[in-house]
Amino acid sequence: MDIVFKALADPTRREILDRLYKQGGQTLNELSEPFSQDMSRQAVMKHLALLEKANLVVIVWSGREKHHHLNPVPIHAIQDRWIRKFERHRMDALSALKSALEGADKPNLKKRGNS
Amino acid sequence: MKDQDYVYVTYIKAPADKIWEALTTPAFTRLYWFDIDVSSDWKVGSPVSYMKNGKALVDGKVLEAKRPKLLSYTFREVDTEASHEPHTKVTIELEPEAGTETVRLTVVHSDFVANSKHRPSISQGWPAVLSGLKSLLETGKALEFEG
Repeated sequence: MDIVFKALADPTRREILDRLYKQGGQTLNELSEPFSQDMSRQAVMKHLALLEKANLVVIVWSGREKHHHLNPVPIHAIQDRWIRKFERHRMDALSALKSALEGADKPNLKKRGNS
Repeated sequence: MKDQDYVYVTYIKAPADKIWEALTTPAFTRLYWFDIDVSSDWKVGSPVSYMKNGKALVDGKVLEAKRPKLLSYTFREVDTEASHEPHTKVTIELEPEAGTETVRLTVVHSDFVANSKHRPSISQGWPAVLSGLKSLLETGKALEFEG
């Protein structure tokens, strides 16, 4: 999981992922184009290699063309591991609060129902 | 014109045959696939459906089934605004990583029409399903899905 955080820690790499989210299956040329002012093709290639190593980008070959796809599964694993866990505690706290309040409320409802 | 393919990959530390079973039997899928039961005999040409509380959410047909390596079927959401679109295609490949106990699981979902209405459910669904499957097989615990 370290490598996923490392891959996400760079703004260029996050931008590459954003671009692949909008349009999956881009080639290196297509991905390099928007960066051509500030960055060499080799630099983009290096970023892609790290993203691929982190399994955030998956390569699909079509003949001699290499197509890049965003693979959000590792990000999902982070969400499951680090976020859902905390959400669950909050949900538990909320549901405990809810049952405590509803428990306290029940006699009143009953009274109202009886009158 | 066709829309882009969706490609998802996860690495799971479990035997390929067990992953196959988890993908193809309802007792497993309901644990990690949003409480959904898969239903099929997985013979080529047989129907496939994904059911929740007895109601089909997805239907399709088996195209290829080579246990425990390759599974391919057609896919269409039932009773949604995407239902009028032609069936799309799901291809699942299981490749053991040489010298490890890990299997590389690849899902390719293809044959979408341009601006397919399937897109949101597909792009949110598969990552959650695969992450849940990995967690279930590696830790024995399913993730809890709200709602």
